[in-house]
Amino acid sequence: MTAGEFRTVTVTVDGRRVTTEAGRTVAATLMLAEDRLHWRETRFAGKGRGLFCGIGVCFDCLVTVDGQPSLRACLVQVAEGMSIETEPMDG
Amino acid sequence: MADTENTYEVAVIGAGPAGLAAASEAAAGGAHTVLIDAAGQFGGQYWRHADEQSSSEDPAVWHHGWKTYTGLASAVDDAISAGKLQYLPASHVIAAEAGSPFSLSIAPVPESQPEHQGLTQIRAHTVVLCPGAYDRQLPVPGWTLPGVMAAGGIQAFIKTQGISPGQRVVLGGTGPFLLSAAASVLQAGAEVAAICESSDLTGWVPRGVSAALVPSKGKEGAEYIALLARHRVPYFRRRAVVAIHGDQRATAVSTARLNRDGKALPGTERIIEDVDLVGLGWGFVPQSELVVQLGAQMFRDADGSLVAEVDKDQQSSVPGLYLAGEITGVAGATAAVAEGRIAGRQVAGLRGGGRPPRSSADIKDRVLRRNHRLFAQAMHRAHPLPQQWPEWLTDETVICRCEEVPWQKTKEAIDSLSAEEPRGLKGATRIGMGWCQGRMCGQAADCLASSDSADVAQAVARRGPAIPVSLRALAGESGRESS
Amino acid sequence: MQSSPSDVLIIGSGAVGAAVAFFCAKAGLSVRVVDKGRPGGGTSSRCEGNLLVSDKEHGPELDLANYSLGLWRGELAEFAHLWEFENKGGIIVASQESSMASLQRALQVQRQHGIEVEEIDVPGLKELEPNVTDQAVGAAFYPDDCQVMPMLLTAHLLRMAREAGAELLFDTEVTGMVRTGDQIQGVRTSQGTYYAQTVINAAGPWGAEVAELAGVNVPVGPRRGYVLVTEPLPPMVFRKVYAAEYIDNVGSSEEGLQASPVVEGTQAGSILIGSSRERVGFDHTLNPEALQMIARNAIALFPFLQETRILRHYFGFRPYSPDHVPVIGPDPRVPGLWHACGHEGAGIGLSVGTGKLIAQALTGEQTDIELGPFSPARFDTAAVPEGQEVP
Ligand SMILES: Cc1cc2nc3c(=O)[nH]c(=O)nc-3n(C[C@H](O)[C@H](O)[C@H](O)COP(=O)(O)OP(=O)(O)OC[C@H]3O[C@@H](n4cnc5c(N)ncnc54)[C@H](O)[C@@H]3O)c2cc1C
Ligand SMILES: Cc1cc2nc3c(=O)[nH]c(=O)nc-3n(C[C@H](O)[C@H](O)[C@H](O)COP(=O)(O)OP(=O)(O)OC[C@H]3O[C@@H](n4cnc5c(N)ncnc54)[C@H](O)[C@@H]3O)c2cc1C
Ligand code: FES
Repeated sequence: MTAGEFRTVTVTVDGRRVTTEAGRTVAATLMLAEDRLHWRETRFAGKGRGLFCGIGVCFDCLVTVDGQPSLRACLVQVAEGMSIETEPMDG
Repeated sequence: MADTENTYEVAVIGAGPAGLAAASEAAAGGAHTVLIDAAGQFGGQYWRHADEQSSSEDPAVWHHGWKTYTGLASAVDDAISAGKLQYLPASHVIAAEAGSPFSLSIAPVPESQPEHQGLTQIRAHTVVLCPGAYDRQLPVPGWTLPGVMAAGGIQAFIKTQGISPGQRVVLGGTGPFLLSAAASVLQAGAEVAAICESSDLTGWVPRGVSAALVPSKGKEGAEYIALLARHRVPYFRRRAVVAIHGDQRATAVSTARLNRDGKALPGTERIIEDVDLVGLGWGFVPQSELVVQLGAQMFRDADGSLVAEVDKDQQSSVPGLYLAGEITGVAGATAAVAEGRIAGRQVAGLRGGGRPPRSSADIKDRVLRRNHRLFAQAMHRAHPLPQQWPEWLTDETVICRCEEVPWQKTKEAIDSLSAEEPRGLKGATRIGMGWCQGRMCGQAADCLASSDSADVAQAVARRGPAIPVSLRALAGESGRESS
Repeated sequence: MQSSPSDVLIIGSGAVGAAVAFFCAKAGLSVRVVDKGRPGGGTSSRCEGNLLVSDKEHGPELDLANYSLGLWRGELAEFAHLWEFENKGGIIVASQESSMASLQRALQVQRQHGIEVEEIDVPGLKELEPNVTDQAVGAAFYPDDCQVMPMLLTAHLLRMAREAGAELLFDTEVTGMVRTGDQIQGVRTSQGTYYAQTVINAAGPWGAEVAELAGVNVPVGPRRGYVLVTEPLPPMVFRKVYAAEYIDNVGSSEEGLQASPVVEGTQAGSILIGSSRERVGFDHTLNPEALQMIARNAIALFPFLQETRILRHYFGFRPYSPDHVPVIGPDPRVPGLWHACGHEGAGIGLSVGTGKLIAQALTGEQTDIELGPFSPARFDTAAVPEGQEVP
């Protein structure tokens, strides 16, 4: 692959089109392109969670990708047309 | 009869520094080898780097020892092209059974292989297990706020994304790794507002000799210190991040000076405002579940971690099971490579039946291993966990992130339900029952336990499957081939 | 150092030992509990918490189940929240006409013995369990099936026993009996000797080993079972749901692997899926076939589970008694020794009834139900010969 060939990728986040760089993880896309630090709500206290361990161990960063729930956003790489669903919260 | 297609002479689990080294040596020695790794590309934690398919950036800028990596990676790549080694990326070994041969159940990692569902069974006469480690955590008030990450997680983010996940960062915990994370943050153009090292580092002094054994560490350390000085990064000893503040996200931290036991000294508290990222790291926890499943002898290392016993050739107490890297004691990447090479040569050399001759490279690796182990022991002693960290907690502080168990409930269970041991605590409070299966709260539960025996830690580490796996996968492929 | 003798010394701090301790302490007896491990660290922390009447055949076990149910809902109702007691009801689903027919036959017998059960049709089933398989042809609903959280149950019973005066000793293994002539006077342990009027064997699947220390044969041994725990989900399964074949499994003595799904939601959101049955001794090696069988059966019952992740699987050893009747009461072969073990797959549910009956018997009261059918007198008088494998 030559540099520049797949520089950007367009995905949807909760239905919105978002353009990001190829090679980004879903977590990085949410953080960098969407300025979101949290995209999951805890089930008892309803608190926001996002990246914590960053390497697939803590399962705090779960998102739904292309209809598949509970995937670790720190491990999924974005791909053209990917649909990402989060648990949107206020703030 | 076992089908030969899925049977290998050697299975290497993990493609970090240790696993890459082991696989390259095993394949070079002619062994029919399979390399299984949960990640999508080589590197493990230390050499984690940007997606090779889409990034044109040179990963070397973020790494020490990148030449060692490229050397190992191309050796493994060559072995793959030559048909001597099979590489299974994005594949997690969820269960392992000892025997001759060993049998491994492998699940596709759904984040990278969503289309794949079933389990695969592999057999191998020898296993070299190099599963590495993850960041060790202690709960503090506010550690569940968005914007708080594991220090290693920040490092991983920068190494893969080339950008810092926060612009004004406070790092807290213990160990030299905080310096390395800080260096990456600075290199990525962000600010480090403070580094809080809980130890006073006096533990290093009498053992200065260990540091002298490992000049590479000394050099790396000196580089970090120069970088931090250039950026005027405030570096505090015997001070900890004792609370993190913010509503929807972390915006400030309280730090405090600690007494010898790790209690926050009254009147020493300081608030650092306008922080958007907090990195916490208290060392590393070796991934022990497969070792426990396989029944190898384990013990508590100087840092309290549950690690596996190995002999001079990296063989565990289970014949045919070799271990290399952090799982034999947290000692960093250079030690991991040395151990991986020793194990790889050994398993390849034993194929003929005889004892493999010692090459000069092997002797060099054995010296390297010894020096780095000595260094690591000194490091662990110089960076103890603050004994009294529970004093920092408030009743509301969440101990178990997944199950949202507060400190109040934890204390009650310990006091009135005789739950002073991690398994009992788990039953009484759900600490450790969630998605991460106690990996994040495990150190806390372990510290609260009345016993520091290795057995207790081992009972907790008896996790199966090694990562969550869908029922479809479990139901799919035959669990055990008929033999 | 010599500790004073107690009225009762209980070997084992599982659900059964804890319940015996609680009721005895409450009845005013002085109680000491010894366990070789940690509180409730045996089978009672590696099981599920179904309190079922639906899987019981008529006979002593059903009587004990009904009696226990009365205690759960009556005398112990004030503690229900402590152990997450829920009267959620159970459903047995038949997915084939043939199993529906056997289910109907079973219902008839159960009704005759006073078990409350309604036959429900497919729309009725879908109303109770919207996510159940479309293959279902019919079902039975048992309003009396309940559930508790076994580890909380055991921990709180032990706490309440201690608060009523019981002494709890952990990491204390019983290694021998102290006798004078035939009479048991106490136990020797890894931490010293303890004397007692009555020694109670509540060692669960290790019941035979403990009995052997007293030289008697109580053929209770391990029957392994796996449970799968899913990721936490919003409520998807509302009752305890299982397949019609389950009843056959419970009653069988098959050595080989058997599995039929019992699927239940928990208050914490994970779904528990159990369970397999196999008699493999205290085998700790993984049996992937058991997991596979449970997974397949669970998906057949609830197809949505296919995409659900298992966070953990675990196994425990049910204290299996060859005639499926627990062993409760004084051992006529060894004065001073009582048993409270062998509850197999129902020891959580039956624990409280067992505890209360033993306390009544020890204090000389008339027991609420007859202990006769549970008596160890039914086993032969010989001690276990050296080296013989315990079933
Ligand atoms: C997040 C993080 C960042 C770190 N960054 C640095 C750093 O910048 N500098 C530094 O000096 N040290 C760092 N470390 C410390 C690190 O542990 C060592 O430097 C080094 O990576 C250890 O090498 P290893 O080969 O033992 O394990 P690792 O590098 O951890 O490699 C283990 C590999 O095994 C895989 N694996 C584990 N279990 C399984 C399984 N069951 N099935 C399949 N694959 C499996 C993992 O996915 C991983 O790829 C970091 C640690 C962590 C956790
Ligand atoms: C997979 C599975 C699912 C189950 N599901 C259910 C269910 O839904 N509902 C239900 O009611 N039941 C269920 N059961 C059955 C239930 O778990 C058991 O019947 C019950 O836990 C038995 O309790 P216990 O106190 O007799 O034994 P245990 O809990 O095993 O306690 C025995 C104790 O004795 C101690 N001990 C043994 N030997 C010695 C010694 N020499 N010295 C000192 N201490 C000793 C042990 O350490 C142990 O703590 C299930 C079991 C399994 C395995
Ligand atoms: S951040 Fe921990 S799993 Fe993704």
